[in-house]
Formats: sequence, C-alpha cells, structure tokens
Amino acid sequence: MGECAWTARGCAAAALVLAGFATASGQSLTLGVGAPVTSLDPHYHQLSPNTAVAEMVFGALTQTDAKARIIPDLAESWRAIDETTWEFRLRRGVRFHNGSDFTAEDVAFTLERVPNVPNSPSSYAIYTRPIREVQILDPYTIRFRTAAPYPLMPRDIAQVKMLDRQTHAQATTEQFNAGIMAIGTGPFRVSSHRNGERIEFERFDGYYGTQPHWQRATLRMITNDAARTAALLAGDVDIIDQVPTSDLAKLRTDQRLSVAEVTGLRIIFLSFDHSRVEATPFVTDNDGKPISPNPLKDPRVRRALSLAIDRAAITERIMEGSAIPSAQFLPESGFGYVPTLNPAKADPEAARRLLAEAGFLQGFRITLHGPNDRYPNDSRIIQAVGQMWTRIGVRTTIEAQPWATFISRAARQDLSSFLIGWGTSGEGTNPLRNLVATFDRDKGYGASNRGRYSNPRVDALTDAAMREIDDTKREAIIREATIIAMDDTAIAPLHIQRNAWAMRRGLALDARVDELTRAQDVTPTGPAR
Amino acid sequence: MTLYLLRRCLQAAGVMLVMSVLVFVGVYAIGDPVEILISPEADQIERERAIRALGLDLPLWQQYLVFLKNALHGDLGRSFVFNEPALKLILDRMPATLELAFGATFVALLVGLPLGLYAGLRPNGALARGIMAGSILGFSLPTFWVGLMLIMVFAVQLGWLPSTGRGETVDVLGTRWSFLTLDGLRHLAMPAFNLALFKISLVIRLTRAGVREAMLMDYVKFARAKGLHPSRIVLVHVLKNIMIPVITVVGLEFGGTIAFSVVTESIFAWPGMGKLIIDSINVLDRPVIVAYLMLIVLMFIVINLLVDLTYTALDPRVRLEGRT
Repeated sequence: MGECAWTARGCAAAALVLAGFATASGQSLTLGVGAPVTSLDPHYHQLSPNTAVAEMVFGALTQTDAKARIIPDLAESWRAIDETTWEFRLRRGVRFHNGSDFTAEDVAFTLERVPNVPNSPSSYAIYTRPIREVQILDPYTIRFRTAAPYPLMPRDIAQVKMLDRQTHAQATTEQFNAGIMAIGTGPFRVSSHRNGERIEFERFDGYYGTQPHWQRATLRMITNDAARTAALLAGDVDIIDQVPTSDLAKLRTDQRLSVAEVTGLRIIFLSFDHSRVEATPFVTDNDGKPISPNPLKDPRVRRALSLAIDRAAITERIMEGSAIPSAQFLPESGFGYVPTLNPAKADPEAARRLLAEAGFLQGFRITLHGPNDRYPNDSRIIQAVGQMWTRIGVRTTIEAQPWATFISRAARQDLSSFLIGWGTSGEGTNPLRNLVATFDRDKGYGASNRGRYSNPRVDALTDAAMREIDDTKREAIIREATIIAMDDTAIAPLHIQRNAWAMRRGLALDARVDELTRAQDVTPTGPAR
Repeated sequence: MTLYLLRRCLQAAGVMLVMSVLVFVGVYAIGDPVEILISPEADQIERERAIRALGLDLPLWQQYLVFLKNALHGDLGRSFVFNEPALKLILDRMPATLELAFGATFVALLVGLPLGLYAGLRPNGALARGIMAGSILGFSLPTFWVGLMLIMVFAVQLGWLPSTGRGETVDVLGTRWSFLTLDGLRHLAMPAFNLALFKISLVIRLTRAGVREAMLMDYVKFARAKGLHPSRIVLVHVLKNIMIPVITVVGLEFGGTIAFSVVTESIFAWPGMGKLIIDSINVLDRPVIVAYLMLIVLMFIVINLLVDLTYTALDPRVRLEGRT
C-alpha cells in the first residue's frame, strides 16, 4: 500500500474501488436489467421481468430451455393418460429454501392459490383454468383432468411456479415483496429486495439441479438505455440486457466486452382493421372523403400493402441487424414454423398492380399508427413503412404515440392500421389463438386480435390443433392454418427481433429466445480474472 | 396568524380535491390501465376479472366516490402494479429523493453564493465575466445530456464514481439514508451535481444582481462612510438584504426538485419518487399518480408557507396578515 500514502481519503477510495473489483470477479454477479420487476409473488403479475426472477427463485413442474423447448423441472416425466387426463411424476427429494419437502400436496395447493391472488392485474389463472380436477395418486404422482383435450398442458404448467402448502398457506403478495415469503425450490434465494431498485440473491445450496456458478447475484434495474450501457462500461454491472440497437455495433468491437445474441420469439407486425365493412376511420380517398366499403377488407389491398414493404431495408438499416425479416408468426426454432413461407422481396410494381385490380388505381390515403416507446425503433419503423406505402400511391400519415395511449385505442378498434408486437411462446397455436382466431369470449380466442380478423377455416384448424394431443399431427395443422392466414394477409409480419445481451469479457450467456435474463444462465469462461 | 394558517389549509384542501379530479379524468382519457398491465396472453374472461379486481368496472364517478370515501379515512388506494398502499410506496421512495434534493440545493448554495457575490462585487473582472458565461451554460445544457456526460467522464473514463444507483444505506429512525456512508456519498455526488447545475446558475445570477443593486444603496454607502470593514458590509448588510429573492427562488426550486427530478432519477437509476411517478404514469397506475400529486400539492403549499415565514424573519416590514 506504499503508493497509497498521499491522503487517507484517497486511500479509502482506492480500497473501495479495489473491493468493488474483487467482488465483481469473485463469486458474485451483477445484472443490469432494463425492465423493472414489479412483484416477487410468482402468481401476482404476469410480466417477463417477474418471470425471470421467479425462475431464479421458484420451480415449476416443467420449464422451457433457452430455445423454448419443454424440459422437466419439478416433474421428472409426464404423459397423457387419455384425451383429458395428464399425469405428472414428481421429482423426489426436492426441498424448498426453508427445508420443507415438495410433494403433490404442494402442487394441489399452488393450483388453488393461483386464481385467488387478490387484486392481481394479470393473473396466471389462464394456465390453470382448464384444469377441472386434481387427483393425487401418491405424494409423487398427480393427475389433472381437463374439460376438453389440453395438448398445451406441459407448456402452460411451466408458467405456474410451485409454492409450499405449509409455508405459503396465508402468504400475501406484500410478504413476497418483502422477501419473507419468497421461498421456492429454485437455485437462488432472495436475500433482499428494494422495490424498483435492486434484488439480491444468494445461491441455494440445496438446489436439486445444476448449481449456478454464482454465490451471490444482484439484479439492478436500470431502465434508461444509455445509463445501462454506461453502467456496463464503467464496470458497475457485469451484464446488461435489452442492448439498444444503436449501441450494438460499438459494443461488439469493444475488447473488454462480449455480446450474446439470439433470434427471439417476438414478432413485429402490422394489423389491419377487418371489423368495419363500411368506411374505416383512417382511410380516405385522395380528396379526404371516407371510402366505403373498407378497402382493408380486400385481401388484394392488404397484400399490396405488405408487398410494398422492404423488410430487409428495415432490419438492416433501422434495426441495425438485430431483427430478421419474417413472413409468419414464428422463427425457425418455433413449433409450427412453415419452411416454405419466406418473406417476399419488396415489389412496388406488383403492389401497384394489385391496388389497381382492387379498384384503387389512384391509391388512397391512410394513417398508420404505432407506439413510440414500446419496441426497439418502433416509431422509425412506421415512418419507413409509411414512405414505402406512399411509394405505391397509398399516401400515408404516421402517428406514433406512447404505449399507454396507443394500446387503449388499438384495443377499442379506433385504428385502421397499426404496428404492434407479439411475444409468442414458441408454439404455433399461441399466435393463432390470440392474433388471428375470431374474437370469441367463450372460447377465449382472439383476445389480442385487435383488427378482428375472422376466417372460419383458420378458426376450424385452430380448434383442431387445440384438440390434437399428437405433436406431429398438431404441427401439421398449425402449419396449414398459418399458411391460410398469411396467404390472406390477416396481418403483415415485418420482422422477428433478435435479443441481445452485453457482458464483460470472461462471461458467457446461454441466450434465451424468450428474452428472460437469469443469473443461472451466466457462466465464466476460462480462468476468472 | 391563526386565521392566515387556517385559510392556507383550506386552500390546500381545495387544490388537492381539484387535483384528484383532474388525475381521475386525465388517466381515464389517456387509456385503460388493464390493457397495459395485463399479460398479452390473457383471454377475455381474465381481462374482465382484472378490470373488476382493480375496481375499473364501475362508472368513473363511482370510482371517484370510492376513492374519496377511502381518502377521507386516510387510504389513498393500493397501487395497481405493486398491490401495496400507494402512500407507502411513495413514502418508501421519499428519503432517496429528499437526499438528492437537499444535496443539490446544498451544492447550489455552496457554489452559487460565493461565485455570485464575487461576480457582483467585481462585475467587470475577467473572472466575473467567466462565471457569468459559465452560468449561461448551466441554464441551457439539457439535464439528461449533462447527466450522461458526467457518467461518461467520471464513471466510464476515469472510473472515480459509480455510474448509477444508490449506495449503501444506514437506518436512521426507521428510514434508509445513504448520505451517511462514504459509498452513499459517492453514489450521490453525480446526480446531486447534475440536479444542482441549473440551480447554481440561478443562484449566481440572483446573487450577482442583488449585490450590484445593493452596493449602490444608501445604507451601504453609509456603512462605508462609517468605516465598517468591507467584509462586514458584504457578509452582513448586503447579504442579508439580497437573501429574500434568493430564498424565494431556491425554496420554490426545492419543491420542483423533489417533485420533478424525473430526468436525473431515470438517468442515474436513482430509486426516488420521480422514477416511481414516471414508471406509474407509463402504466397508468392511477392510485400512485393521484397520491403522488396530492402529496406534491401539499408539499408546495408547505414550502410556500415556510418561504413566507422566512420573509418575516428576514424582513420585519413583511406582515403575514396583509398577504393572501
């Protein structure tokens, strides 16, 4: 400490800096995440950042791997006994952080709790509602009976994190948030939680699976993009998620850092107003008069609008390579991906011909809406689409709004065409049911079908897929339905986003397609510095 | 005096009532919180359940009456997002913001007053001109840009200070404060300076103008003629007289700092109220927005009152009863 002799204060500061480096390179990991975690109660608010934390602390019967494939977690195996019965065999010897045993009784308790969390703004009951009856055969075997065939059971149950009947019988969301009740079977236990600021974790040594490398992990919420990048560059955090596309090129070349990327599950697409037969509010002729019938009901017009879009230009220039052009719901890794559906090259001539065929030789005017604070570069994408549409004679006005305003208008069917995104589960019935199936409260379909597209053939195939337990057959049905919806330009997919993380060199990340940032996926490469 | 305070309290209640109505109507006009909070995968039945759970199925006026009834019992509602009492959420975040606001105001006075005095006493000196030119920068540079530059220089390039976040805290009277630890001060330094920059310029300009005016006044000439030491003239007679505008402005600015330090708090990931309110506005978490704005109204009224009381202490000619 000889050279540290100038002042006591300098010395203390230097010691602090050294201490900072020591903890950073030892057994602890600091993650800088862009979206705040709103609750530690795994059944309170369904939101990606909450899920990421829940998967560090809790376990579920099944889980999805980095590529969104279903793999065992608390259940070792499962099978469909008949069309409406699923049997799960539980892993033995699993303990909660407080030492309590995990058994079938706890699964039953969890399923009772999920629909009954008070004040939940987005409950997990959508995943447990199909279960009509729970039957415990022995402490490690449980059966679920459903009213109708439920092929998605193993996938949906991955979302339901298991709690302990003894521990959590009276647990409230507030107690979870305070950390007292955040007791699960996962690889980390919560040691402290400061709402909206940071969550600190310690490794749970009794974890049944692969032990994470890190003794301690800290999750820091840094919502500002530039500040998150700066925190990484300053060495305050080891890894950040949601790397802004404009920073990616620079971070890739930085010797001190490495970047992990993977094609994700979030599709960005344009939605059209299918609900109005008569004039739609944001489409007029060139003199500003409403056009009736609604031109967007004509598949030729929708196809023309889709053909006018140069998707490659958007993904290369605006998204700076962190998206791939798409002509369907899913990326190549998805269940139900159609290999023959490839994004068409932009063809303004063909688009103009289609418009002329549909009776719009002179084009028309349209307002394209979209959010400006939701998806990477969202407002710039709609600007580009607007210019491309104008090029084929559809004079386009752009209106980008904050998500809070935009989504309410889109949900009320106030808009004629708009940009929006959808994070799929990686399984094809998920976008089919939600985005293009007819809006139907009783079936629970089409809740996010804000353009109200409706096609009996798509509906029939979606129903069939939802009844088909056999995966091979189901995938074929999903493909058929996807092809019909896409041929009809029910929506116009633009691109699928790539998820990007940046971390200090010496770390590696098993990048997840579902965008979750979890400490157990980060490992050191080679010798620690 | 009692009458004056009573009138002030009534005014406060009135303003808070109007504020709560405005927020209710405003949030209703912007959009539907359930659309934002709910998982996109939720079906229609789940959406209806969430709307009922948050009490949004009632007509707006009934929702408001429910709120008013609970508010009179001291309950400002529970956050839609966190399922915790809105007031508790805000009060939990308050120490962080107070720390930042006091830090910024302290820095502003510590730096601004001496520089302003100097610039006022030697208005034509090169240094004074430099100070004044610098203060223009302080006014005109946008906070978010300065904040990012501070991070780039002091955290990324030099590595002297941590880039973001709040440091280690200690518990005093049940609340967590970070300014009592070295780590906390290191974290506080940049955001406080960033917030202070505008105020420093303000204080410099106000002080300079005040000093230049006061130096020409008869009482200063008289004090000089009496042979008082120049430092006594400046530090006692001049300073006391120019403090009224400075205190008014710094006081009002202090309120603004607490209420609207949103930009600085976002950039430095400072877990204060500003960050809470902007996050809440983004997801239309109405109970938090209402509670926050009512608290802010209350705070401004208290600050104005304190400013008025300080006037009377500084200037015996001011009488509270004569003011409305």
